[in-house]
Amino acid sequence: MPTPSRVREAHPIRDLSARLLPYLARYRRGLAWGIASVLVTNGIALAQPQVLRLAVDDLYRGVTAAKLGRYALWLFGIALASGVFKYLMRRFVIGISRHIEFDLRNDLFAHLQKLSLGYFQHHRTGEIMSRATNDLAAVRMMLGPGVMYLVNTVAVAVVSVGFMLAISPHLTLFTLIPLPLVSVSVWFFGDRIHRRFEAIQAHFATLAARVQENLSGVRVVRAFAREEREVEEFEALNREYLDKNLGLIRTWGVFHPALSFLSGVAALLALYLGGREVVAGRITLGQFVAFTVYLALLNWPVIALGWVINLWQRGMASFQRIDEILETAPDVRSRPGALTPSHCRGQVEIRHLSFTYPGAHRPALRDLSLSIPAGHTVALVGRTGAGKSTLLSLLPRLFDPPPGTIFLDGVDVLEYDLSWLRSRVAFVPQETFLFSVTVEENIRYGVDRASPEAVERAARIAQLDSEVRNFPNGYRTLVGERGITLSGGQRQRTAIARAVLRDAPLLLLDDCLSSVDTHTEEGILHGLRSEMRGRTALLVSHRVSTVREADAIVVLDQGAIVERGTHDDLLAMGGRYAELHRQQQLEEELEAS
Amino acid sequence: MIPADEDLLGRAYDRRLMRRLLGYLGPYRGQVAFAVVVALADTLVQLAGPYLTKEAIDNGIRHRDLGHLDRVALLYLGVLVMGFGLGYLQTQVMQRVGQHIMVDLRMALFRHLQRLPVSYFDRQPVGRIMTRVTNDVDVLNELFTAGVVSIVGDLFTLVGILIAMGRLNVELMGVAFSVLPLIVVVTLTFRSKVRKSFREIRTRLARMNAFLNENLTGMSTVQILNREPRNFEEFRRVNAGHRDVNLQAVFYHSVFFPVLELVGALAVSLIVWYGGRQVMWTGITLGTLVAFIQYTQRFFRPISDLSEKYNILQQAMASSERVFDLLDTAPEAAVAPATERARLDPLRGHLELDRVWFAYRDEDWVLQDISFAVEPGERIALVGATGSGKTTVANLVLGFYGPQRGTIRIDGRDLGDLDPRALRRRMGLVLQDPFLFSGTIESNLRLGAPDLDLAELQRAAREVHAHEFIEQLPHGYATPVRERGATLSVGQKQLLAFARALAADPDVLILDEATSSVDTHTEALIQSGLRRLMQGRTCLVIAHRLSTIQDVDRIVVLHHGRVREMGTHAELLERRGIYYRLYQLQYLGGRRAGFRVESIEPPFPALMARIVDSSMDLA
Repeated sequence: MPTPSRVREAHPIRDLSARLLPYLARYRRGLAWGIASVLVTNGIALAQPQVLRLAVDDLYRGVTAAKLGRYALWLFGIALASGVFKYLMRRFVIGISRHIEFDLRNDLFAHLQKLSLGYFQHHRTGEIMSRATNDLAAVRMMLGPGVMYLVNTVAVAVVSVGFMLAISPHLTLFTLIPLPLVSVSVWFFGDRIHRRFEAIQAHFATLAARVQENLSGVRVVRAFAREEREVEEFEALNREYLDKNLGLIRTWGVFHPALSFLSGVAALLALYLGGREVVAGRITLGQFVAFTVYLALLNWPVIALGWVINLWQRGMASFQRIDEILETAPDVRSRPGALTPSHCRGQVEIRHLSFTYPGAHRPALRDLSLSIPAGHTVALVGRTGAGKSTLLSLLPRLFDPPPGTIFLDGVDVLEYDLSWLRSRVAFVPQETFLFSVTVEENIRYGVDRASPEAVERAARIAQLDSEVRNFPNGYRTLVGERGITLSGGQRQRTAIARAVLRDAPLLLLDDCLSSVDTHTEEGILHGLRSEMRGRTALLVSHRVSTVREADAIVVLDQGAIVERGTHDDLLAMGGRYAELHRQQQLEEELEAS
Repeated sequence: MIPADEDLLGRAYDRRLMRRLLGYLGPYRGQVAFAVVVALADTLVQLAGPYLTKEAIDNGIRHRDLGHLDRVALLYLGVLVMGFGLGYLQTQVMQRVGQHIMVDLRMALFRHLQRLPVSYFDRQPVGRIMTRVTNDVDVLNELFTAGVVSIVGDLFTLVGILIAMGRLNVELMGVAFSVLPLIVVVTLTFRSKVRKSFREIRTRLARMNAFLNENLTGMSTVQILNREPRNFEEFRRVNAGHRDVNLQAVFYHSVFFPVLELVGALAVSLIVWYGGRQVMWTGITLGTLVAFIQYTQRFFRPISDLSEKYNILQQAMASSERVFDLLDTAPEAAVAPATERARLDPLRGHLELDRVWFAYRDEDWVLQDISFAVEPGERIALVGATGSGKTTVANLVLGFYGPQRGTIRIDGRDLGDLDPRALRRRMGLVLQDPFLFSGTIESNLRLGAPDLDLAELQRAAREVHAHEFIEQLPHGYATPVRERGATLSVGQKQLLAFARALAADPDVLILDEATSSVDTHTEALIQSGLRRLMQGRTCLVIAHRLSTIQDVDRIVVLHHGRVREMGTHAELLERRGIYYRLYQLQYLGGRRAGFRVESIEPPFPALMARIVDSSMDLA
């Protein structure tokens, strides 16, 4: 975590504040009401000690019961009126901070949606999550309680101190000595406690990681009879955790009593010095009582001030981290004037394509050229890391290829509007990502309108239909944590159904039948073949049975094409493809024995 | 996500659980008693403030007795200092006790986990067990630090105020206490509303975070399916839901605090009105009036605190139930004193499987009627396709599971009668993907041989050719190992695992050979290291490499959970059966490793699933 001072160097606070301003500006009316309420509620509440002063002085001199009753009513009335505005103050200011949090989170999410795969590969989800939750909460605390208590403190301080000065400047001077100390110690301790607390959290994460490692490696632990060692090491970590906690407790243990002590000292000074003033006849007993009440009223705002400073420091640091995401320019995006043709034939042309992942040293693809006429099926074969998936992911621009290397219908893919391009592609990635919605919604994902019949048809082609019907709620069964867990094969078939339903001219299948048994695969391929008619398809597979009927088979190795031709061509060639074929035959024989 | 059972809250008090929980306070009895005494003293000191104010006003100021005012001020200062000290002590002692109990509990859980049978971890996701050791223990800490002592303190404060007021003026006490029911009602109403709304907030927050997490992880899927606009709308909705429940909570707070202050103002008004008349007619003093106002203001905190305690108790009961549940799970076969000798006696290394049947679940037989014997010093290779049951045999021999039928004997003794820990000390295990622990290279080498010094470890490393690459690491043997050795290559990890096993010098070695291909130089090192490791001990190898298979004395071919063929390499080849085909496949695969279709079998499929599972739990 960057320290506040480093944050300030990196990004001038003023710049950051300027970026925060639009969020506040949207609620300026509400904020104005809120701040007005802060002022009004304090203005009213601070009249209370005056009533007390009059009551006490009257009591001293003799007073009628009716007059006393009126004072009591006044006190109650003042509390009532100030309460109403206090309610408004909270509702407005704190409420607005919730609205701003909402706006900021929406903006953050919308921006994240624009960032490319590359960004998410380099930033851990947990970290981004923490921006959208913890950091946003810190910003909200700054804009809600941070603003409210700041205004409140200033208002109370100005009015109280004004009244106190009117009663006795001399007394005010002395009794106010301990109060700045309160603010300073809240600010000082608050920051320290916060940092210690974060260190404890970090250590706790270590502790948890240790437990997880131990549990995940339970067999190794047992096999090496390591149990006692593990216990010892865990104990040592626990001791360290204990020490860190005790350190926090020491600070914390001083902090709270210290606050009571300091405000107690102020009260004591008022009692002692004020008493002398009364005895000396410089102030009345009523004024004395009023004075002590004003002093008591200052207590909380003074504590709040120190806290507010911490809120602002943390809030700005957090906003800076959020702003970093908002300021990240999306690297894959539509260019101005991007094309959105009304028709797409699906002819793909790849010319001398070399591609290196951002930050990588070795190119993933080297000088690759391939021409796929519209409606043809091309199969990609090759070992892990040969570049098959990379090639597939460049077509829908998950990463941008170099200019002038990939063409769709004769136009560089970079020229197309991004969402137009992607909606012309049905892509089944290697790893199927399913969302925690129903099976039906997962199949329909990305297709706005699709009838239940169409969904079922797609599921039938993917050989998923009969299994889905056996789920507890059929197509309405929830997938994931709160529903059922699909097997690897079922997941892949869901993704295939998704692609079928998408009805796009370009079909990309990235090794998407690997978890499906041969028999089911046969069925899927049969259904897909009629679907692929008229569509351009690129499919990656390790199985000869999957690729043998493709119009062309391309063997990739280390990012370059090493063999190409039809199934029969390649078998005749006796190269790598032929070897793969032989190996799979053997496996089938073995399976049968 | 929070599994469903974590959300259930039951009773706030359960005698059986409470008694067991309080048992953990036992070792800290003295400190707890001290904390109670301190809490009581603190209450007394707190109550002295208003009384001293009264003294100062009535006897000091009104009688113009400056000497008395000085004395009261001095006393007041003393009270402040004592309040500071007692407040400090109270937090210190109670938090200390709580923290120590937390360590005790966590260690008890961890120790117990080390003794649970391996099959327990097949059933329980790591994430759930983690929650026991971390969150549930934390909840109990709250009970010990914030619950036990402060309940006493709060009750005492309320009683103390009552007594102090009564001594000053009984009638006025009645007036002041008339607002007490109002405070209780307002506070309890607020608490119950806030509790409900807090629960709602938690659900909404969890929902929002789950949505966010899912969308971040699957962002490229979202993008490729052009779902951004719709998902944004959905996020907006979820986000708005979260905002609205929070605004509801803001509303409760906005109402509660002013209302509470209003009740306070009512008390003050009543005291001014009623007490003021008393001042004129029955001569109670102005100081008494002021003291009363101050006492009334001290009602609020203990009541609000007490209403919070209910929540803490409720959560503590739920957490302790789960923690005790884990602690009550029966551990692995107990260590009988008679078998303790096995720890010392080296094994001869005679291993025998006698008609062994095994299923991880029900009647789903993974091994069927397996019988074979390994003579001391003999090297046996287990060969078979994925899913043939090779790994399961290794699991059984190590005593991770017991067979449902049949017996496994080592040196003629039934494995079930031996202390598993003592037994494993004499056995070595090398996994396909060696599991490295966070620590250093050295600490990983020392895993099975805690008493060896660095020189001896280095000798072992040298013999299996691990020394060379270790020396080239930035800090040699002291190089930290992170994220299960992510920075090391597969071949390097293999060599490390060999060195680790050799250092432990087991009598029986169980080895699951890696299938992944490495460069020819490393391959040669691995082969030579392996030969050294297998020298002179009973070995059971799940073999994938041709060279290893040719090196062993005998081959057992497993197919669909049964022993189908047995013999030497040459014999089996001649038979032209399953082994023959496997061999051809292996031979092809060995030459073109990248083209192998059979996916590499993870060492323990269930275990891998668990690891993936738990990493999701943590996210």
